[in-house]
Amino acid sequence: MRRMTSFNVVSLTVGFAFLYIPMLILVIYSFNASKLVTVWGGFSTKWYGELLQNEAFLDAAWVTIKVGLISSTIATILGTMAAFVLVRSGRFFGRTLFSGMIYAPLVMPEVITGLSLLLLFISIGLPRGVMTIVLAHATFSMCYVSVVVSSRMASFDRSLEEAAYDLGCTGWDAFKSVTLPIIAPAVISGWLLAFTLSLDDLVIASFTAGPSSTTLPIKIFSSVRLGVSPEINALSTIIIAIVTVGVITASITSKRAIVKQQREEQMATP
Amino acid sequence: MPSDHASGFAPWEDADATPLISFDGVTKRFGAFTAIDNIDLKIYPREFFALLGPSGCGKTTLMRMLGGFEDVTEGTITIDGQNMAGIPANKRAVNMMFQSYALFPHLSVADNIAFGLKRSDMPKSEIQGRVDEMLRLVQLQKFAKRKPHQISGGQRQRVALARALAKAPKLLLLDEPLGALDKKLRQETQFELMDIQEKTGTTFVIVTHDQEEAMTVASRIAVMDNGLLKQVDTPDRVYETPNSVYVADFIGDVNIITGRAAEVGEKTQLIWAEGATPITGMTGSRVAQGEPASFVIRPEKVSINKTEPEAANKVQGKVIDIAYLGNMSTYHVALPDGTIVKSQTANNRRIARRDITWEDQVWLSWTDTAGLVLRD
Repeated sequence: MRRMTSFNVVSLTVGFAFLYIPMLILVIYSFNASKLVTVWGGFSTKWYGELLQNEAFLDAAWVTIKVGLISSTIATILGTMAAFVLVRSGRFFGRTLFSGMIYAPLVMPEVITGLSLLLLFISIGLPRGVMTIVLAHATFSMCYVSVVVSSRMASFDRSLEEAAYDLGCTGWDAFKSVTLPIIAPAVISGWLLAFTLSLDDLVIASFTAGPSSTTLPIKIFSSVRLGVSPEINALSTIIIAIVTVGVITASITSKRAIVKQQREEQMATP
Repeated sequence: MPSDHASGFAPWEDADATPLISFDGVTKRFGAFTAIDNIDLKIYPREFFALLGPSGCGKTTLMRMLGGFEDVTEGTITIDGQNMAGIPANKRAVNMMFQSYALFPHLSVADNIAFGLKRSDMPKSEIQGRVDEMLRLVQLQKFAKRKPHQISGGQRQRVALARALAKAPKLLLLDEPLGALDKKLRQETQFELMDIQEKTGTTFVIVTHDQEEAMTVASRIAVMDNGLLKQVDTPDRVYETPNSVYVADFIGDVNIITGRAAEVGEKTQLIWAEGATPITGMTGSRVAQGEPASFVIRPEKVSINKTEPEAANKVQGKVIDIAYLGNMSTYHVALPDGTIVKSQTANNRRIARRDITWEDQVWLSWTDTAGLVLRD
C-alpha cells in the first residue's frame, strides 16, 4: 500500500472531524446526568427513560413513521409508473415537457412546494392532518423515485419483455412477473429514498401539518426553540444509532451479494 | 426440377404442398424508410429456413413480423392458414429465441423453461414432466436449479432454445442464435440445432449474417438485400447457381470477370478483354446477347498449372500473392489486362514440395460448366 502523505492525513482528519464531531458531542451529552445541556454532570441514562415516558414525542414518532411508510409507498407506485411511461413510450407530443416537469420538484425550493400545497389544501377545503402530510410527501418524493427507477429502466433489456409476451404473457403479467422483479432493486432503493426524505422533512411538513398531527422533526424543532433539553439529545442519539445500524447492515448485505455472485459466475465457466 | 437434397425433403418443389407460412406482397415501412419491400415467400412445415443478409437488409424485421413484434404495413402474412394481421405475439403459436437469449435472470433454468407452460392451458400436473423432457433434450438436467448467471454462455443458449420449444410451437424463430458463441462451440451447436429440429419436427426460421452457418443448417436460404429477397433456394443451388452477381459475391468467395455476352445458348461466351479468347460458362438468368454480363466462378473450380493444360477455358497470368491457410492455399493471379483471378487448391502435399511460387507464369483453367455468366 502507498504511504499517506502528511497532507492527506491532515485533510482526512479535519474532514471527518468536521463531519462527526457535532454528532459525537450530541451523543456524549445525551448521557449527561445534568439538566443543563452545556454542563457535564456525570454519566447517566435517565434521559432515555424520560424520553420513553414522554407521550408527545412518542406520538410524533409514530406519526412520522406512519407518514413515511404510506407516503413512500404511494410515491414509489406513482414514481415507477412515471418512469415507465417516460422511458418506454418513446416520442410523444410533450415528452420533453413531461420529463422536465418530473424533475422540476427536485430543484424547487421546499418552501415553495410547501406553500403551494398548503394553498391547494385550503382551497379544496381538505382539513390538515396526517393525510395532507402524506399527500405532500408523496408528491415531492415521487420525483426522486422516478429518477432512480428510470435510470434502471433505461438499461433494461427490452427483449426480456418481448420474450415474456412471446411466451404468452399479457402486458400486466409481463410487467408483474418479469419487469418488476428485475427492476426491484431500483424500486426498493427508490422506496427507501422516499422514506428517508419523508422522515427528514421539516419544511413541507410544517406547512401541511395540522394541530393534531405533529411529526418528529416538527416536534424536535419546536422544543429546541424553547431550549435544548437532554431528552432531545437522547432521541437524536437513538435516531443516529438506527441509521448507523441500517447503513452498516445494507452495505454488508450488498457486499456479500456481490461476493456470492462473483463466486457463482466463476463456478459457471466450465 | 429434381432436388439433390440428401433426405429428399423438398416440399417447395411440390405444387400441392401447403405452406406453413406465406408472405403475400408484404411491405414494412418505418416512416420514410422501407425495411421490407413487397415480399412474396412461402415456407413449408418442417423446414429449416435461413434468412441471410448483411446487417440492415431487413431479415430481422421479417422475422419480427412473424413473431408479432412488428405489424405489417401492406400485404398479409398467413401462418397455418390463419391471417396474422392484428394477432399479438402472445396469441401466436410461434416462439422466438432471442439474440441476447433474454433469459429471465430472477428465475432458475427450470422456471425459465416452465414460464410459457404456466401461461398455457397445460394442466399444472404435466408441466414438471414437460420441463424435464426439455431439459433432457438440451442435456441440462443437472443445471435445472441454477440461475442464468450461474451457467456458461453455451448452456444459456440451450436454455433459451428449450424455453422457446417448451410450448411445442408450430414455428420457432431464431435470431442470430449462435452469434454470442465462439467458433468451435458454434460449429458443435449448429449440428445440435439440426438434430433438435429433426427430433421435434418444428419449423425453424433462423436469421443470420453468417453464410457458413446458413449453409450448414438450412434446408433453404433466402438471401436478402435492402428489403428484397435476392434469391430463395437450397444452399447448394445458392452457391452453385446464384441468380445474380450480388448473391454470388455475398455467398462464399468468387471471381468476377466483367464483359459482354455473346452467343447465348445453353452455354454463353463472354467477351472480356480485347484480343483474348472468350470465356465459356453456363448461361445464368436474364443474360441477353450483346448485353453487359459478368462471369462468376468459385476459386476452387479454377485449376492452376505451370504448363499449358487441355481445358475449355484457359488464361495465362502471373502469381502475385499466395494465401496459405494450412489445409488449402489461394493463389492470386494477375491476368495481362490486370484482372485478378483467385485459384484455390487443397494442400495435399507438404508446403516444401509446392512448385508454384511468387512471380511464376502460370496457366489458369476451368471447364465450360464450372462458371456462370450472369447479367450485371
